[in-house]
Amino acid sequence: MAKVQLREIAHARSGDKGNTTNIGLVANDPKYYPLLVEQVTADRVKRHFEELCDGPVERFELPNLHALNFLLHQSLDGGGTISLRIDAQGKTYSAALLRMEIDVR
Amino acid sequence: MIRIANGQGFWGDSLSAPLDLIRGGPIDYLTLDYLAEVTMSILQKQRSRDPRVGYARDFPDFIEAAAHDLAARGIKVIANAGGVNPDGCRDAIRSRIGAGPRIGVVKGDDILPRLDELIGSGVEMKNMDTGEPLSTVRDRMQSANAYLGAGPMVEALRQGAQIVITGRCSDPAMSMAAEIHEFGWAMDDWDRLAAGAVAGHTIECGAQCTGGNCQVDWQSIPDLADIGYPILEAEPDGTFIVTKHEGTGGRVSVAGVTEQLLYEIGDPKTFLTADVTADFTTIRLEQTGPDRVRFSGIRGGPPTGFYKVSISYSAGFKAIGEMLYGWPDAYAKARAADRILRARLERLGLRFDAIHSEFVGANAAHGPVLSGDPSPDLAEVLLRVGVRSQNRAAVERFTKEIAPLALNGPPVVTYVGGRPKVEEVVAFWPALIPIGAVEPEVSVTEA
Repeated sequence: MAKVQLREIAHARSGDKGNTTNIGLVANDPKYYPLLVEQVTADRVKRHFEELCDGPVERFELPNLHALNFLLHQSLDGGGTISLRIDAQGKTYSAALLRMEIDVR
Repeated sequence: MIRIANGQGFWGDSLSAPLDLIRGGPIDYLTLDYLAEVTMSILQKQRSRDPRVGYARDFPDFIEAAAHDLAARGIKVIANAGGVNPDGCRDAIRSRIGAGPRIGVVKGDDILPRLDELIGSGVEMKNMDTGEPLSTVRDRMQSANAYLGAGPMVEALRQGAQIVITGRCSDPAMSMAAEIHEFGWAMDDWDRLAAGAVAGHTIECGAQCTGGNCQVDWQSIPDLADIGYPILEAEPDGTFIVTKHEGTGGRVSVAGVTEQLLYEIGDPKTFLTADVTADFTTIRLEQTGPDRVRFSGIRGGPPTGFYKVSISYSAGFKAIGEMLYGWPDAYAKARAADRILRARLERLGLRFDAIHSEFVGANAAHGPVLSGDPSPDLAEVLLRVGVRSQNRAAVERFTKEIAPLALNGPPVVTYVGGRPKVEEVVAFWPALIPIGAVEPEVSVTEA
C-alpha cells in the first residue's frame, strides 16, 4: 500500500455556477477509475475543501469517461461577481482536489 | 457532413480566432458565444445610457472585416452578440456593410420590460438555490433574460438568414440550430438533439477543447500561440468529430475533450437545455486520428418545459486593494501589514459585510489549510485585501487606506495598481420560467 497524490493518476477541470463550484475528475487510465470511485467520496471531498466550501458536496459517476463530477455548494463566497477571493470562479479548485492523497496497491 | 466552428468562448476571447477559422480551411457555419452571465447587466447599463448600444460591439467589427470572406465562401454566422439590443446590433452591421447579407434577429429573451406582467400572471421566478421570492430584489434588478432554445434560430435560417443575431440563448443552441436546419432533425428526436447539445457544449468554450487550459501533458501541447479553435464535423445521425484546422497549434485529444465535457455541468445524466435533456453517461469517445475525437452513442430525453432565467441585481459595493512585499520574510511582512490595515479600519469605525485577506504567492488560491506553511524564503508575497458593503462610503474610505502602508507599514514594500476602484456588486438570481410565458420573435432582413 502506498499513498499518492491524485495528480499522479488523474486530471481535472473546474468551473462555477453561481455559488457552486463543479470539479470534473478524470482518471488518467481506466484502471484507476475504481480507485477514484472507492476513495474520492463526497464526504472526503467535503472534508478536503473544509476551508473553502460551506455547503454540501454532491458526487456523480461517469464510468463511460472514467470520471467523477463533484458539486461543491456554497464554495465561492457568494459567487463570481460577489466574491472577494482571487479565484472567484473556482478555476483553480481542480488542482486543489488533485492535492488529495489516496492509497494505491 | 457539415462543419461548424466556434470562434469565441466569451466576450473578450481572441479577436483573431473567428477570422482564422474562416480563412484557415473549410467551414460551413461559424458560431460566436459572447455572453457571460455578467455581460447582460453591463450591456443593460450601456443601453440605459444610449438606446443604440447594448450589444457586443466586437461583432459588427468582425462582420465588417469578414464580410468578403463570408460571402465568397458561403459561410453562415450564428452569434449571441445581440445582448440586450439585437436590433441595434443588426443596424450597426448594416451601417457598416450596407444591405449585403440577410440578417436574422431573434428576440424575446429579454423579459425585464415584462416582469410586472409576468409576476401579475402568477409566474413566480423564485430563486432556484434559496427558494426566496423575486420580490426580495425586484427594485434592484438590472437585467432579466431567458435562455432560449434553438427553435427561433432555426426559423431565421429557414427564412434565409446568413447571419443570425440572438440575445440570450442556451449556449449549445447555436450549433444545434445549424444541425437542426441542415439535417431536418425533428424537435422531438431526443437522441439527435442530445448529441447536438453535447456537441455545442464541447465547443462553446472555444479553444478549451483543443488544448487550451488542458492539464494533461500541457508542456508538450504544440504552438499554443497559434491554437486552432474547435470545428465540429457533424453527421446527420448525430455522431460528430471534434477537430481543428490543419497546421494550427493545440491538441484535440480524448483527455482534453473529457475535461471540457465536465466543465460547468451538474448531474451528468440530466444536462438541461431548453430543447432537450442530454445524458452525458452515454457519450462514447474515440481518438480516430491526430487531433480528431469522435463522439457517438449519445442518448437524450425531453426537456423540462421551463427556460432557465438569469436575473441580475445590484447588491452593494466592493473594492480590492493590493501591496507587494519582498524578500526576506515576505509572508510575515504581508501578514503584519494586514493586521495593521485591519486595526486602522477598526479605529475608523468602518463596518463591512465582509473583509477578506489573501497572500498571493503563499496560499491565496487554495487557502492556508490545503497550501500548507509557506516557504520562509519566498521572493515576494502580494497582500490582497477585499471589502464588501451596502454602504458605498465605507468602501470608498477603505480604498484610501491602502497606499499609506507604502510609507507607514512594514518594509520592502511597493504599491501596485494604484488606488482601488469601488465596484458595484452585481448578483444573479437563477430562476425558471414556463416555456409558454416567453414569446420568441424572429425577423430576417431582405437581401
